Amino acid sequence: MKKFVFLSVLLTLTIALSACSGDKADDSSRSDESSITIGIPQDIEDSLDPHAAVAAGTEEILFNIFEGLVKPDSDGNLVPAVASDYKIEDEGKTYTFYLREGVKFHDGTPVTVEDIKYSIERCADTSGEGTLLVSAFSNIESVEIVDEKTVSIRLMNADTDFLSELTSAVIPAWNEDPAGNPIGTGPYRYVSRVVQDSIQLEKFEDYWGTPANITNITLKVIADSDMIVTNLKSGAIDMFCRISTDQANELAGTEFDVYEGTMNLVQAMYLNNAFEPFADVRVRQALCYAVDAQAILDLAFDGKGTVIGSSMFPAFGKYYMPELSNAYPRDVEKAKALLAEAGYADGLSFTITVPSNYQQHVDTAQIIVEQLKEVNVNASINLVEWETWVNDAYVGRQFEATVVGVDASTLSARALLERFNSDNSKNFINFNSAAYDEAYQAALASTDDAEQSAYYKTCEQVLSDEAANVYIQDMASLVALNNRYGGYVFYPMYVQDFAKLYVRE
Amino acid sequence: MQKRKKGNAGFIAGCVITGMMLTLTVIGFFYTPYDPEAMSAADKLAGISPRHIMGCDNFGRDIFSRVLKGAQTTLIVAGGTVLIGTVFGVLIGAFTGYFGGIVDEALMRVMDALFAFPSLLLALVFVSLFNSGTYQVILALGIAFIPSFSRIVRSEYLRCRNLDYVKSARLAGASHLRIMFVHILPNIYTVLLSSIMIGFNNAVLAEAGLTYLGIGVQPPDASLGEMLSNAQTYLFSAPWYAFGPGITMVLLILGFSLMADGLKH
Amino acid sequence: MRYAGKKLISVLATLLIVSFLVFLAFAVIPGDAAVSKLGTQATPERIAALRAEMGLDRPFFVRYGNWLLSALKGDFGKSYSYGESVSALIGQKLPITLALSVLSFLIMIVCAIPLGIYTAKHEGGALDRIIMVVNQVVMAVPPFFSGIMITYVFGLLLKWFQPGSFVSYTVNLGRFLHYLLFPAVAIALPKIAMTVKLLRSSLIQEAKKDYVRTAYSKGNRTNGVLYRHVLKNAMIPVITFLAMTFTDMIAGSVIMEQVFSVAGIGRLLISSISSRDYPVVEAVIVLLALIVVLVNLAADVLCRALDPRIRH
Repeated sequence: MKKFVFLSVLLTLTIALSACSGDKADDSSRSDESSITIGIPQDIEDSLDPHAAVAAGTEEILFNIFEGLVKPDSDGNLVPAVASDYKIEDEGKTYTFYLREGVKFHDGTPVTVEDIKYSIERCADTSGEGTLLVSAFSNIESVEIVDEKTVSIRLMNADTDFLSELTSAVIPAWNEDPAGNPIGTGPYRYVSRVVQDSIQLEKFEDYWGTPANITNITLKVIADSDMIVTNLKSGAIDMFCRISTDQANELAGTEFDVYEGTMNLVQAMYLNNAFEPFADVRVRQALCYAVDAQAILDLAFDGKGTVIGSSMFPAFGKYYMPELSNAYPRDVEKAKALLAEAGYADGLSFTITVPSNYQQHVDTAQIIVEQLKEVNVNASINLVEWETWVNDAYVGRQFEATVVGVDASTLSARALLERFNSDNSKNFINFNSAAYDEAYQAALASTDDAEQSAYYKTCEQVLSDEAANVYIQDMASLVALNNRYGGYVFYPMYVQDFAKLYVRE
Repeated sequence: MQKRKKGNAGFIAGCVITGMMLTLTVIGFFYTPYDPEAMSAADKLAGISPRHIMGCDNFGRDIFSRVLKGAQTTLIVAGGTVLIGTVFGVLIGAFTGYFGGIVDEALMRVMDALFAFPSLLLALVFVSLFNSGTYQVILALGIAFIPSFSRIVRSEYLRCRNLDYVKSARLAGASHLRIMFVHILPNIYTVLLSSIMIGFNNAVLAEAGLTYLGIGVQPPDASLGEMLSNAQTYLFSAPWYAFGPGITMVLLILGFSLMADGLKH
Repeated sequence: MRYAGKKLISVLATLLIVSFLVFLAFAVIPGDAAVSKLGTQATPERIAALRAEMGLDRPFFVRYGNWLLSALKGDFGKSYSYGESVSALIGQKLPITLALSVLSFLIMIVCAIPLGIYTAKHEGGALDRIIMVVNQVVMAVPPFFSGIMITYVFGLLLKWFQPGSFVSYTVNLGRFLHYLLFPAVAIALPKIAMTVKLLRSSLIQEAKKDYVRTAYSKGNRTNGVLYRHVLKNAMIPVITFLAMTFTDMIAGSVIMEQVFSVAGIGRLLISSISSRDYPVVEAVIVLLALIVVLVNLAADVLCRALDPRIRH
């Protein structure tokens, strides 16, 4: 009995002790106004080294720490960053950059032309010993230091789109551990991390441009998406990007503002064109007629999002073709007729592989399955882990259909259209069209902007005509931000700009 | 006298509840008020009404119809799990407990290793291996359940192998297999039966846990655990979503554990 | 002495089997650390290069042998995902999960044992019946759901704690313990119900035995009988059960860490399995297995001390 008394006392003590210290913590957070806690869905697991980082979730955070020679702005233009100016000569064969005066790395050392040369060569693998980290850099013939302020890049083939690749981060040549000690030139510097828990960022005082407003940023990992709303409401986090419409509805009437932008993803049911039934264009078209994208938006996304009809989203205004979204209006009869013509009058069965960590894609797939039942197509869902999806479906191309969103890694149409070239290594749907390859190569070779856009549009048209995939939407991106803060800005890319956030007076 | 009656009352209540749940599940095989997979934008998160007695979920599907189907899946998963656990548990437990010696040592080390693997993690590895789906979940949970069953059975066989009736059967020339499964097995069935029922409940909860971690039953199939873990997003705006599957799950488990308790008396 | 030697060998054998099973599992599941790291940037060339860099291109047994040799020297390698040494990562995370498990274990003991004794003493009374009904219901609720209800009720409605604001013990020990109290209650709840039930029936059975009746007939009617003899004997099955419960709690904390956003060993394990970070997974599972085996061993020793008959 004595033992129990002892244990009870111990437990009570623990509670009392922790209750006291809990109060103290509240005080400290109130006094320090210039800080924000931002929830992120997963920890950075690929790398803090910007050249080795590949996950979209990592890149959008590193955007605040690293910069390239140029960087994108919120309107989708490329603006000079580490370089103050640039010159494109020889119809896109030579790119010359002038180093900005007074750009410093986070530790205070000035950026030199050697750092720039090192950073580009590291990704281009000019030595041939490492790996090619930016595929477009394979076109680089040489990187030359002209003088203390000037670097010139010579390409093997003219490429007017090359500038968009130079958002690739500039890092110090002398840093021996870029993954463990990330040093860049961005408005925030990396301070520390607790694995699977949080990452600390701090405002970089010597930033060359408009400095950040908020001093301290804590990125807090919220691994369970169902706890996002609870954690926002409890005040543990002040912001969360890309919440679902259901979560936004749960936040109605609270101290949170919900901002709506676009996700800049091409969400589609991607079809493996090499899979026997889908090799027939009539089957693919039938599926497009059978799926009602607007109904998916209404049912799972509260009507938010933009229905699209090809591998391009509205944020890339120059290339986007809104008319394609209406290429395959819902038509059950036509779908059945096309299936019958292709020899599938008695129905068709296939499996949709979906990465289980993306609830929005899982929801979309469920609705597609229901819609396809009406045209006598029996689809089943196979949920897999993300790693399995990458390994089997994406790299191994072992899938029949899959619902995912594909994003653009740079600010160019190429980022979205390159993969459908028949021999491209990322052509995971095995799309094969001579017309497409021809138009795409013509676009690459073109040095005239209008002509190039026209070729890219031809590519989009081919994707639509051939019904390469069942295109669905560019999803709405909903951001929850506590109304004590303001300044959230959407980009036409998958990035988050923390530097523009500020504390409301 | 008093006590005997109380034990029986619990047992009868357990039987009644379980019987009720099983009947509903069987009805679900042949009839549901609505197609459990039919979606409707108009009924999205509709409340409880005479048309939808448990309301509708986030796709406008009738929750009651889905509970009927979901209870089926849950019962199949739990039943399959317990079946695998029991069959292999009895085989391994009987051999190791009856014979002892080096086979016992070796098998029990493997069982220890399996047991030391927290069952959830074992399932996690399994599902990564074979993808998620109803049968994979059964297999994963079933294997995770073998060690505890085999331990229980082993200790019963250890206890029984030197009892008089076993000795006399051996003297009468019965084979080892016959002694193990014809003589001893019927004598330990109460222990086995109540651990089956407890195992059944654990399987129901484990399935819910797996689904919560995103590695359970595949949509659009429903299971009680899957519905409950989906429902949590809407706990404020549509509490009835959690209510239907939640109550069903509690009743299901309650029925079995009352029966298990009653068996011990 | 012979007992100790035998046990030591069986512990080592168990760990060896566990480590091999984990390695085997990683050899057969799709994807590896290289594929996971590259994600959608993966091309066959980049995967091959990264695999070579990580040493994943070597044959299975060579990799297992190497791992085993360095593990025996206490070196568990480096995490592929975080670049940190596995020992450092575990050193960071294990105290969190252990604290959570120990805390829930304490809560369970403090609540379950008095309740079990009370209900056994007042068998059939009104409170006993109420407790037994509540018990049944608590056991029927999936743990993740009770965790969610606790965050809603104590976090959002009563504001006793702030869900999602977990801090590590290195930052603030008081806040750390205060926060862990709530997931600990969530983990403990179903275990309390089970322990009460088991202890109650074990006590009732024990009290019916001859030696208790004898003690009563000798006029020994005080509480002394119940506590000293009955409790001691009734504890034996309970101790075995408690040992199992503790290991269950460690596994259960995997789910609660997810619900309460606690970055403990469970979270590390789940994310490492999905990123195919096998050095971390190997070490964590072997470590968890070691804890399980040791706790069971301790229970075994304790039971032998309480009941000399067990020593066969």
